[in-house]
This record gives sequence, structure tokens and C-alpha cells, in this order.
Amino acid sequence: MSIRVARFLGWLWTRSVLLIACIVTVIPFLWLIASSFKSNEEFFRSTFLPMDGRRIAWERLTTEPFRRLFNELDFTNSLVNSIFLSSVTGVVATLCCAMGGYALAKFRFKGRGLCTALVLAAVLIPAPLIIAPTYQLLFRLDLLDSFAGLILPALAPAFGVFLFRQAIVSGVPNDLLEAARIDGAGEWRTFVTVVLPLVRPMIGTFLMITFLGMWNNFIAPQVVLQDPAKFPLSVAVAELRRGYYNDYGLQMAGTIISILPVMILFLVMQKDFVSGLTSGAVKA
Amino acid sequence: MSAGAAKTGPASSSATGGFTSKSAPWLFLAPFLVCFALFTVYPLVQSVVLSMQTTFGPGATKFVGLSNYRGLMHDPLFWIALKNTAVYTLGSLFIQLPIALGLALVLETPGLKGRSWIRLLLFSPSMVGVVFASMMFALIFEKQTGLANQGLRAMLAPLGIEWNLDFGWLQQHVMSALIVASLWMFVGFNMTFFSAALQNVRKDLLEAAVVDGAGPIRRFFTVTVPAIRPVAGFVVLMSVIGSFQLFELPFIMFNNTSGPDNRAMTIVLYLFQNGFETGDLGYASAIGWALAIILLACAGIQRLTARGEEAGAA
Repeated sequence: MSIRVARFLGWLWTRSVLLIACIVTVIPFLWLIASSFKSNEEFFRSTFLPMDGRRIAWERLTTEPFRRLFNELDFTNSLVNSIFLSSVTGVVATLCCAMGGYALAKFRFKGRGLCTALVLAAVLIPAPLIIAPTYQLLFRLDLLDSFAGLILPALAPAFGVFLFRQAIVSGVPNDLLEAARIDGAGEWRTFVTVVLPLVRPMIGTFLMITFLGMWNNFIAPQVVLQDPAKFPLSVAVAELRRGYYNDYGLQMAGTIISILPVMILFLVMQKDFVSGLTSGAVKA
Repeated sequence: MSAGAAKTGPASSSATGGFTSKSAPWLFLAPFLVCFALFTVYPLVQSVVLSMQTTFGPGATKFVGLSNYRGLMHDPLFWIALKNTAVYTLGSLFIQLPIALGLALVLETPGLKGRSWIRLLLFSPSMVGVVFASMMFALIFEKQTGLANQGLRAMLAPLGIEWNLDFGWLQQHVMSALIVASLWMFVGFNMTFFSAALQNVRKDLLEAAVVDGAGPIRRFFTVTVPAIRPVAGFVVLMSVIGSFQLFELPFIMFNNTSGPDNRAMTIVLYLFQNGFETGDLGYASAIGWALAIILLACAGIQRLTARGEEAGAA
């Protein structure tokens, strides 16, 4: 076998593997989109788009699932709840972690070793372990069935402090901090004008992580919230499966509404996000 | 934000302290530490206390000593949950990670056009929350109307095989359904880590191996594998930790139940049922500790093997 043939086979192999992987990844998305515009009878008649012979029967598609979601089922409310909960959590948690990481990275003080060790140890705590005691705590603080009960426990993820500490140690030179201090900048100003801009990629990554974490969180709102008016999309969508078990189009439309904002955000932020996510693992 | 504003005053007045300032680091740490103490450290300590109590809802508790743990050891449902979770974890390790590594290797072939777009596309399912992906897969695995059966029927038809549209993914093939769904969700995610790790493989070593006459398989094991080993260890540990916490996928797919004959019962699902359906936060905490101990043991084993390899290499 000549080298040229072998090279061509290699080329063909890598391209077909990637092509198959891409198709397998995309098809469920396409199926989801097509399904959300279908009536229930149509579900039994076609896999993707309704066909009339070889022609696509566009007229058999319907926007009714979406109309019902927003008119009958108050999905607007859930959408607003999700956006509010995720944005507040994302911004405040990122700020808390950036500040904490800065303190551990650039200051020498008694207790620094202990704090760092505590943060590192806390990364190992599996979330399900503290669900029950957190629920009990929220009950005692009278924070059950409130947004505060969802947001407060999400503001101090230990791995965030760890990530920011790493980013600041490697990305913020001490000379710059000293220069800012000599120029008379206070501690807070130094942090905001010198430190934060230098770790901008980590801020983007971590905002995305915390935003997504809240958006996609199911178990916490499921446990904490009672009042349907407060449900974020994750719980509202799961409720569709309970209350409208046979209404496939409705369930898929709700799922699309929940995924779409996140996908748009991901496309906007993808560059920082993917590299920031893997950097910690690869450098370590 | 108010915590940040309050900080400016005292911190800037002590700015002369510079890097050894006494108050500044604590003020920067304060918002984190307060939330951390209240919502991580306290619940962690309380979970030990709770695991020695029986509760009837969050308000009424009774001390029972170690009997929750003893009960757990003799609880057949817990063992079923543990077994299912372990099978699922092994499935994701031995099916998912090799595929992810293979894709990463293919993706890093020199001269490939559109690499970053393909990586982005394959990564995108992991942005979809597990709840939402579970909603999707619940319908994908339906009999008759589901994409899984219809797709298999269409693909196998040219081979002369007629796939049964009533193939019961959610009825008889529970574990396969869970593993297939998680494959779609996380292969691209794991691939991204492997793909980043492959940047660490030294090109000159690979070329030297070619000159020495090493075939592709030999090159893979002598040059590539040692270079990506640290990241691979991390990915394996992350997969184990993630898989052992499987909850939403079975919970949504099987309508808040543990599936037919408890075949979709997982550790966290059992924890949820005990804590929030039966109302026994104590027993739920004991299950939480069982989970934590298993995961800590896995992390410990990973550290030991990583250290052993370093020592062996040195």
C-alpha cells in the first residue's frame, strides 16, 4: 500500500469519526426543536418534520405549545425567576470569590494557611452531603420558600476562591500592586482597578460557571421552594412532565425555552469559558 | 455589594500596611467567609449531628446514636442504590472516557480545518442542564414515538433488521438508557480536557519516536500517555465524583420514582426520597456520609496512585 493511499485512509478515518460525532451531537437538538412545534398526533406520524410524500408539510407544524406555555402556564414568570436567580448568584458569588482569592493570593496574614487549607478541603465536600442540614438551617432561619434561601447558600463556592487565588498568583504581578499603592490608591481601588482587569478571563469563566450552576440547578429549588410562582425554569419544566405527561410538544417547548438563553450566552462567552475551564486542570 | 462599599473606609486608611496589612485581607475575605461558615461549615458539622438523629420533617428530631448507619448497612434499598450507582459509574468510566480520549486524539490530528468549531459543537451538550437533557431523553426513549427507537429502525432497515419500536428503554433497559444519555451529555466535556492535555505532548518527542521506527500504537503509549497522565487522572476522578452523584437523570426520566423494580435507584435519589419524601433528614444525612466516604476514598486512591507514579518516574 502506497503512502498516499495510507494517508488518504487516515484522512478519511478522522473526518468520518468527527462527522459521526457531530451528527450524533446535533440530532437530539434538531429533534427537540422539531418536536416542540408538533401536535401530539404528529408525534406518532413523523420522526422529525411532518412529511407529505417527499414534501415537508410545514402547515402541520404548530406554535401552540409555545402559546400555551406563555398564556396558560405562566412560563414568563419562571423565565424571569431563572434570570433573576442566576444573575444575582453569578455576580455576587464571583465578587465574593474574587475578593477572597485576592486576599489569599497577595496578603501575608495570620490565618492565611488555615483559610487556604479550609478552602482546599471544602472543595472535596460532595454537595448532596449538606442538602439535608442546609434544608434544616433554612427552616430555622425561616428562609424556606424564598429566593434568599436559594441564593445565600450558593454565594460561597470554595473552588471559586481556589480558582481566583490561582489566577491572581499567576496573573497579577506584585510590582503593579505596589505601584498602585505608591500612587495612593486604597485597597479597594487597587482591587477594582488593578486586580480585576488582570483576571478578566477568570471572571468571565466563573460568572458563566455560577450563572449556569444556578440556572441548571434542580435539586435545591425543588427542595426549597413550595410556591409555583417562585419556580425557576428547571422546576417548572419538570412539573410539565408531572402535570402534562402526554403532552410531548408542550414538554419539549418548555425545554427549548430553558436551553436557549444558556446556549446564546455560551456562544457569546465560549472562548474565555472553555479555555478558562480547562486551564486549572492542565496547569496543575 | 454593600459589603464591598463598607470596606473602602477602614481598608484604605490602613493602606500603608501594604502586603502585610492586618485588616485588609480579612475585609476582602469577609463576605466569602461569612457565607462559607454559615452555609458550608455549619451544615457540614450539622450533618454529623443529624446523621445520629431521626427527624420527622425539619422541626422534630430524636437522638438515635449510630442506628442510622447500622440500618443503612442492612437496608436492601441502599445496596441496590449503591450497586446501580457503581454500575453507572463504571459504565461512564469504561465507555465514556475511552471515546472522549479517542475523539480528542482525532480532533488533534495536524492540519484539521474547523477544529475549534467542532470542539465547540461537541462541548455544547454539557451546557444543557441535566434536568433539561433529562426531559429530552425521557421522550427520546419513549416507545413508538421516541427518537432512539425510530432512529435505530431507520438505520438498521438497510441491513434487513427490523428494530422493534416497542423496545422498552425505560422499562427493561434502564441502565443502558442512563449511560447512553450521559454519553451524549458529557463525552464532549471530557474530550475538551483531553484535548487541552494533548497540547502538552511534545512534538519533538513524537518525531524522534517516528525516526526510531515506533509505530502509532507504540508512540501513543510511550509518548502521549505519560504526557496526558496527570490530566487523565483528574478527568477520571471528576467522572467518578460526578457519576456517583447521579440524581436528576433518573428522577426526571422515571417521573420522580426510582424506576421499575428500583432499577434507576441511585444513592442521591435514595437520599432525596428519605429526606424530602419520607421527611427523615437524619437517615438522609447518614446516606450523605456514606456517599462522602466513598468519594473521599476514591480521591485518596487517585492521589496515592498519582504520587506512586511520580515516585516511580523519579
